[in-house]
Amino acid sequence: MSVPVPAPTNPDAGSRPGLGPSARVRTRLRPPVSALIGAGIVIVMVAAIILAPWIAPYAESQFIGGVWDPPGAASWLGTDNLGRDMLTRLMYGGRNTVGIAAVTTAIAVVLGTALGFIAATVGGWVDNVMSRCIDILLSIPVLISALMVLSVLGSSVPVLIGTIGLLEATRVYLVARAVARTIAVQEFVAVARLRGEGLAWIIGREILPNALPPLIAEAGLRFCFVVLFIASLGFLGLGIQPPAADWGSMVRENAQAINFALLAPLYPAAAIAALTIGVNLVVDWLLSMYARPSGHALEL
Amino acid sequence: MTRLLAERAALGLLTLLAVSALLFFGTNLLPGDVASALLGQEATPEALHNIRVALGLDQPAWLRYLHWLGGALHGDFGTSLTSARSVGAQVLPRLGNTLVLAALAALVSVPLAVGLGLLSAMREGGILDRLISMLSLVTISVPEFFVGYVLTLVFAVQLGWLPSLAVMHGGMGFGERLAAIALPVATLVIVVLAHMLRMTRSALLSVMSAPYIEMAFLKGLPRSTVVLRHALPNAAAPIIAVVALNLGYLVVGVVVVEAVFVYPGAGQLMVDAVSKRDLPVVQACGLVFAATYVGLNTMADMLAIIVNPRLRRPR
Repeated sequence: MSVPVPAPTNPDAGSRPGLGPSARVRTRLRPPVSALIGAGIVIVMVAAIILAPWIAPYAESQFIGGVWDPPGAASWLGTDNLGRDMLTRLMYGGRNTVGIAAVTTAIAVVLGTALGFIAATVGGWVDNVMSRCIDILLSIPVLISALMVLSVLGSSVPVLIGTIGLLEATRVYLVARAVARTIAVQEFVAVARLRGEGLAWIIGREILPNALPPLIAEAGLRFCFVVLFIASLGFLGLGIQPPAADWGSMVRENAQAINFALLAPLYPAAAIAALTIGVNLVVDWLLSMYARPSGHALEL
Repeated sequence: MTRLLAERAALGLLTLLAVSALLFFGTNLLPGDVASALLGQEATPEALHNIRVALGLDQPAWLRYLHWLGGALHGDFGTSLTSARSVGAQVLPRLGNTLVLAALAALVSVPLAVGLGLLSAMREGGILDRLISMLSLVTISVPEFFVGYVLTLVFAVQLGWLPSLAVMHGGMGFGERLAAIALPVATLVIVVLAHMLRMTRSALLSVMSAPYIEMAFLKGLPRSTVVLRHALPNAAAPIIAVVALNLGYLVVGVVVVEAVFVYPGAGQLMVDAVSKRDLPVVQACGLVFAATYVGLNTMADMLAIIVNPRLRRPR
């Protein structure tokens, strides 16, 4: 994904004569406006979600008015399908969406990276067997795979986390393997092998530090996919089950309001969109630094 | 070339076989079987045994797999657990509806995406190019149902041009059907358009940095000729690949979009079956979706071999 990165506020500062190398590096490191906006969105949303019990205007399932009351001074976004404050519900629903997505992404990244590194470092038949298995898994659309599992196990939070974590790990595997393969053929890895270092040492001390930047960007992208994935399942009624709510199931519960020209289902959908756009903007910046040949940021 | 194409087709069939085995054994190896799902709370050991015998669940798994696969090949997917009707009779008409939806979306989105991608690559860095990049970032990050409900709000509720639900029934005329299906198609188009467009643009731009393109410019050819005659043929393979990938994505996108517009397609059927835990229906839908996906990818690879002579030599 490449987004037109707005020019830095002072593009020539880096090359101005008289500035020392550290000043030049600092200017290069300054993120573009789009990345700052993205980071701002993410920080504000995560803070609102974490602090929900203290800053939310009402209690989580407190009835404050009629069904789908319009926005007003008492409730800024109006009320939901049962007369609860929409803003409060969004804050608490976000705890489920973001919390589950964070745990799932962590599982996917750790598992996918470990398997990808092992495949790339060991090579040979291990790599072949693992990659063929992943290929078969990848030839089924992830949503379809997830629906198959949910139809047998039923939907619960551990099942959701395990299923989506495993499915997304296959995507991380592809990236981690590709990155590790370019590193595994370099001299310092060969030297480590000749020294007699074990697999764990080579992966942990030689490959991982060099593979971190693209993997962090991949983790950000995975997080976006997982958020959308959980929201889609919630929207289909197969994600988090009531009375608990997440942004996807909130869209579902309030869907009928759209026929009365009310915005109720659009608020949770917009919350999902804002979060993923925010993360994407930051990831684009990270990727552009990694791709830029003269980018000093990654050598620091 | 024929041999390469045949090899690719055989690989596709093999993948499909592996996928069908994964779908079947995956759902069978997970704890809890059809019999206990069917009986729920009332499961006594005798009742479980009787149902298992009646459904053939006492036979070994590989035998049931062969039986299931053999049936699936001529459209017999067994009997639904909840409605006691034939699964094939339920899935096939719904699948037709889904394919109509996906095909219409593809018919609109593919030419639009390739055309706009060409246009924005021809004027790289121009206003149109930057506008398209911004808009496509937004539509990539936004969930399908957001696009669907915004379109519903504007075109169905406020303007009143189109119906908000894509309910189909027998007595509808062609025009009525088209109006009913317009919003779901538009939603799907918007969802896949951005990705296809960005990939078309970047595939073209990566070819544009090749020396022979510089040569064409130095000869004094206009930019449009260079892009269309010199760059496009070499960028065709990646463009075909991304178009196929997104058509595959349409297969999944329909599941959510069908739910937004209550469209009677295979996606809705599958979601209903999952919530009722009607395994035979879920397996049939899963197989149909996966087969479409694998088929599209295989066809894309074969097309790429036909289009790009360099891929015809075995590496």
